[in-house]
Amino acid sequence: MKSRAPRTIIDKIWDAHTIVQRDDGDCLLWVDRHFVHEGSHHGFAYTKARGAQVARPDLTFGMADHYVPTRTGAVQPDDTRRMIRQLQENAAQHGITCFGEGHARQGIAHVVAPELGITLPGLLIVCGDSHTSTHGALGAYAFGIGASEVAHVLMTQTIWQSRPKRMRLRIDGTLAPGLSAKDMALSIISRIGTGYAQGCAIEYAGSAVRGLSVEGRLTLCNMSIESGSRLGLIAPDETTFAWLRGRSYAPQGDAFDAAVADWRQLASDDEAVFDREIVLDAKDIAPTATWGTSPEHAAAITAHIPDPASEADPTKAEALRDALAYMDLKPGMALTDIPIDRVFIGSCTNSRIEDLRAAAAVLAGRHAIVPGLVSPGSGTVKRQAEEEGLDRIFTAAGLEWAGPGCSMCVGMNGDVVPAGERCASTTNRNFKGRQGKGSRTHLMSPAMVAAAAVTGHLTDPRLLTEGRQP
Amino acid sequence: MKPFTTLDATACPLGLTNVDTDQLIPARFMQTPRSKGYGQFLFHDLRRDGDGQLRDDFPLNDPRYATCGIVVARKNFGCGSSREAGVYVLVDQGITCVIAPSFGDIFAANSIKNGLLPAVLSEADIEMLLNEPSVVEGRGIRVDLERQQIVAGNRVFDFAIRADWKKQLLNGWDDVDMTRSYAAQIKAFNAADSQTRPWAQPAKQD
Ligand code: SF4
Repeated sequence: MKSRAPRTIIDKIWDAHTIVQRDDGDCLLWVDRHFVHEGSHHGFAYTKARGAQVARPDLTFGMADHYVPTRTGAVQPDDTRRMIRQLQENAAQHGITCFGEGHARQGIAHVVAPELGITLPGLLIVCGDSHTSTHGALGAYAFGIGASEVAHVLMTQTIWQSRPKRMRLRIDGTLAPGLSAKDMALSIISRIGTGYAQGCAIEYAGSAVRGLSVEGRLTLCNMSIESGSRLGLIAPDETTFAWLRGRSYAPQGDAFDAAVADWRQLASDDEAVFDREIVLDAKDIAPTATWGTSPEHAAAITAHIPDPASEADPTKAEALRDALAYMDLKPGMALTDIPIDRVFIGSCTNSRIEDLRAAAAVLAGRHAIVPGLVSPGSGTVKRQAEEEGLDRIFTAAGLEWAGPGCSMCVGMNGDVVPAGERCASTTNRNFKGRQGKGSRTHLMSPAMVAAAAVTGHLTDPRLLTEGRQP
Repeated sequence: MKPFTTLDATACPLGLTNVDTDQLIPARFMQTPRSKGYGQFLFHDLRRDGDGQLRDDFPLNDPRYATCGIVVARKNFGCGSSREAGVYVLVDQGITCVIAPSFGDIFAANSIKNGLLPAVLSEADIEMLLNEPSVVEGRGIRVDLERQQIVAGNRVFDFAIRADWKKQLLNGWDDVDMTRSYAAQIKAFNAADSQTRPWAQPAKQD
């Protein structure tokens, strides 16, 4: 057997997918799964314009998520309806399995593919969406691509990539009770910033990461892109294997056991060297929320909004001033004094069953004093939540129980936050206008969004869950 | 795709930091077919006030930069969402070069595919360029991709660009053509891969 230098999980998956390496170092990589959504129409149009076929429809999956309506009776403009129809037509024409509007398992690609076992460890996965990094939670090498690349993958089932820098982010210790992967993700970004991991693939490691459920890992990997990295992943372990066993698109029976034996080999070798290493302690992570217009504008719920005047870097100070002006907030204000007008629970970051349970645990027997929308990540999550009675907890609290889709995360389907309103949201981006023109977004965990709904301002959710079932 | 060799054009000293693709094109315009032209959406919500009127204080609305072909910005240009429309809005508006200290990864890759040059200058050079009279007065500058140089007034700046991207832009190459020339290697890879990773096939089709 050929002896090899120690490798990271990033190198192992990369090497297993390399078809050729060009002189400049770029590699042509094999793509195991390609997810297309309503926004992939440019890719299909290119393919058509070249008179080409989809190379591997069996490895391509259609998911209606960005534009599907989630509220009953929603009236959508013709352009939107056309986008949703077009996906289904393109999929049908090319023989692609499609979880389109009305399909029982339709939902957000980054929720549906893992829960059906379409996402597996060791796979290389692409989608024309930056949060494709989510799938790294199961040990897949997954990243977002642009529209021309979507066309390229449709036509060739391959993609050109430059090797990423390898970064390991270790979080040791144990997360305090009542905290979630979302607090972890926001806390990381507030520490390292949105540019630090640029060009990197991140492996998340350490006992606090190992301790996360698969749902939590999906949340953590989802937000990798917000630190500037290309992707984030977690080596598959017993938690991963137990979660995947029996899922419909995963290998079944003996084939699953054989696959597990291979997947165990994916973990980074002990001696493997990373280009960057960061070590954080889980005990330094508090319930975290954003106050500004970038995910790095995040702080512990006990903190105060920073003062641009005490920022030494003039560019940063200007960015802070600009963010505070847009958010209509004052330096020095306590995060807990930030009032909210509306809440949203959903998106590929936090719309899985555990997320809904965490929010429901806070809301049970209480009333929301602001309006809000709860959108489960998939039809599967929706049904399970209804079986558990979570939907009734939300509606009894006064929130609207909607259908699955991207919904108010980006507002493309018409679910928008009105201009000037402040929304406590479980999503991943608080950019200006992200949830609708003039909207103001505060990112936080599902439990904290639920707490904000009850109190009308940012609130440590632990104050409302003390003594309750977790 | 049209090869990119040299570009003589006015440069807009935009100067913004962390321009994300939501700012380049707000999500709500993304359903528009490309054939309608995306230039009208460029910086839509920054260019206009609440009533949809063009704001005087936004550099792109300054008559001196109305027909600019180049944009000069500060770090992390094109961060955020992977939408390629962030490049379409620029290209459809006639802007085929952005000069900045750093770019969002996906944005930069998308640029190449659409014939837009993401030229990297140091932060110090960017500050100089933003204040360079030929830029400020909208007199036009030259971008020479072969030499990797920007000539503005009497100043010459050397910019960075990945070698393969440079080659692709200079030749106006399309990725699919390049990949198809590796058909034999792809076939060989598949044959070996189906033996070593049988589990990589989806188990069920429905
Ligand atoms: S839920 Fe939001 S972040 Fe996730 S894919 Fe949809 S629009 Fe993108």
